[in-house]
Amino acid sequence: MNFVTGYYTTRFGELWEKSLFDLVEEAINGVLKNTDLDKHQIDAIFFGNMLAGVLENNLHSPSKISEIINTNIPIFRVEAACASGGAAFNLANNYLDANPEKTIMVLGAEKMTDYSPEETTQALVSAASGEEQEAGLTFPGLYGLMANFYLEKYGYNEENLAYVPYKNHIHGSLNDKAHFQKKVSLESILKSSYIAYPLKVLDCSPVSDGASAVILTNNKITIKKSFCSVGVLASEIATDSISLKTRKRLDEILATKIAAEKAFTKSKLKAKQINIAELHDCFSIAEILAMEDLGFWKKGEGGRQIKKMTTLYSSRSGLVVNTSGGLKAAGHPVGATGIKQIGEVFLQLTNQAEKRQVKNVKYGLTHNVGGSGGTAVVSIFTI
Amino acid sequence: MVGIVSYGFYIPKYRIKTKEIADVWGKKSQEIENSLAIYEKTVSGVDEDSLTMGYESASMALLKTNIERSAIKVVFFGSETHPYAVNPASTILGGFLGIEKNYLAYDTEFACKAATGAMISGFSLIKSNFSDYALITASDKAMGQPHDALEYTAASGSTSFLLGKNNLILELIDCQSFSSDTPDFWRREGIRYPSHGGRFTGKPAYFYHISEATKLILKKNHLQPKNFQQVIFHMPNGKFPLGVGLSLGFEKKQIEKSLVVSQLGNSYSASALMGLVASLDFSKEGSLILLTSYGSGAGSDSFIFKVTRNLKKQRQDFYKQINDKKYINYSQYLKFMDII
Repeated sequence: MNFVTGYYTTRFGELWEKSLFDLVEEAINGVLKNTDLDKHQIDAIFFGNMLAGVLENNLHSPSKISEIINTNIPIFRVEAACASGGAAFNLANNYLDANPEKTIMVLGAEKMTDYSPEETTQALVSAASGEEQEAGLTFPGLYGLMANFYLEKYGYNEENLAYVPYKNHIHGSLNDKAHFQKKVSLESILKSSYIAYPLKVLDCSPVSDGASAVILTNNKITIKKSFCSVGVLASEIATDSISLKTRKRLDEILATKIAAEKAFTKSKLKAKQINIAELHDCFSIAEILAMEDLGFWKKGEGGRQIKKMTTLYSSRSGLVVNTSGGLKAAGHPVGATGIKQIGEVFLQLTNQAEKRQVKNVKYGLTHNVGGSGGTAVVSIFTI
Repeated sequence: MVGIVSYGFYIPKYRIKTKEIADVWGKKSQEIENSLAIYEKTVSGVDEDSLTMGYESASMALLKTNIERSAIKVVFFGSETHPYAVNPASTILGGFLGIEKNYLAYDTEFACKAATGAMISGFSLIKSNFSDYALITASDKAMGQPHDALEYTAASGSTSFLLGKNNLILELIDCQSFSSDTPDFWRREGIRYPSHGGRFTGKPAYFYHISEATKLILKKNHLQPKNFQQVIFHMPNGKFPLGVGLSLGFEKKQIEKSLVVSQLGNSYSASALMGLVASLDFSKEGSLILLTSYGSGAGSDSFIFKVTRNLKKQRQDFYKQINDKKYINYSQYLKFMDII
């Protein structure tokens, strides 16, 4: 089994004074310090990043990372839209399965706030199909279509959606690395301006800067010397049509279902055994769909279940979701998100999550989605 | 001792409400009003520009003085919307005011602090006996791109100040600048509308520079926030000046008399100085005034003035005059701003 032995994340937010590679450097140094590892003990780096090529004309980032860390090890850039971080971890995990006694750093980073909202939105929508781009759809528009369909089909309204950001902002208020560390009321969510009906400003994750890193290893000595570690029971990735128009259903993310089924099979676990989960709540509807597609709730019941607030950190339901604040409150620096999710589960499983620590956690799950569901990565961890 | 001898201002008659603009773009006007604390803004007419407005404010500044025009040997015109890219507005202004011809003239540009920088130069030239008087005019017909956030704030207006040595209404106690390369707002040559860095214009730009300039001048003069009757900060909206003031330890009552931005919008280089002339309606003899401007790009100029007994004679009753207004609709606004 491969083990995560350490984690570091920069703060997420509008980090005006830091470039993409300032953030990468902070994450590299931070995770090496947290794990007491020397850079020469790192055998390879997997780097999740989506936008540097589009926004910064900067695609050869492995070489830049080599310059920063001053080593000549294999470094791979992984791009899978908003699932870039999760995909980087998945590939790193597979790399370890093929290479015994190795230690890998998995990085994720994104710099998004140096650009106008129009430039960033245009860059992000490069992860949608050409036809959808030509039709003028952006990701709020695509998820708005899914949300509208879901609410209509199951008889819910915008209030049902609002409970997702309401809960996740409570969690974000407990996370000192979160982009938004304040609670928001249901009323303010429902009164916020529409971005793409029925999604409003406070249904949507923000544009953020940030970088995160974990150490993943199968080196017995490194595992033995580590301060703490969590085992990777499974990391599975699945893809689906990039276009909504060719999907069979609009009320599910098929890639999530497939990746989850494979991950649960491999880990020999059932959904009800998961205690802690970091889900891809890029928009409020996305967390509800994920809860259903991962098997935590039955299809169509999510709108009702979310209002019970059973996945809040203080509940005793047995499953707490998005203690980091999720993408909504912790922020969504695209390439870093998938790594931050794994880092949050690592903190929870090793009892390091401080104010937001959930008690008695044994199994954790991460769920990272690219685009409107064209890629999904599901990973399962245990202490 | 140097300081301000007299002042004038010009506020266009036309106003457009925030709601009128918000309705065009399908936005919730109340949300925008709450966010910016701007409810309406001034719009200059189709036949007005920064120079015509500058002439109006300078004329008012000279109206109550008996100074020979020939004694004014410095004319500076601060703006970011000069009528010409090449051809100074300051000489046209000097010519129309009858300031013949033995004078130094130049135009200045530093976003919204073009005129306060010119003011520091003017004070220095008077101190060095280059001239007994200096006329400083701030004027802008500020333009925001349709559907940009600036459209709710960018406004028109002008203020002018005659600087001198004698018969001062405000004595200059000290001034202090703080500058850095912080590109939060810009407009390249030949480009009609300015660009800006969104929220980057806030904390690392406006708040940082105003705070640092203000802290430096307070420390240098061994003064505390409580020592001032009136406090004025540049007003890109109604929220920022209060926010920065409260964070520096000032109280709302010290700042609120200057907050004309809620009714007039942000007249860029004239904005902070419009707050100063508004405050002079209420300023008492012997009291201290703190003024800190902000110009994107970026920098702040901070001033401490002491009010003299002469203010009563030169007072212009700002608040009585701003109520002479006529509301226009969005189509008229586009026409007046030469957008259509």
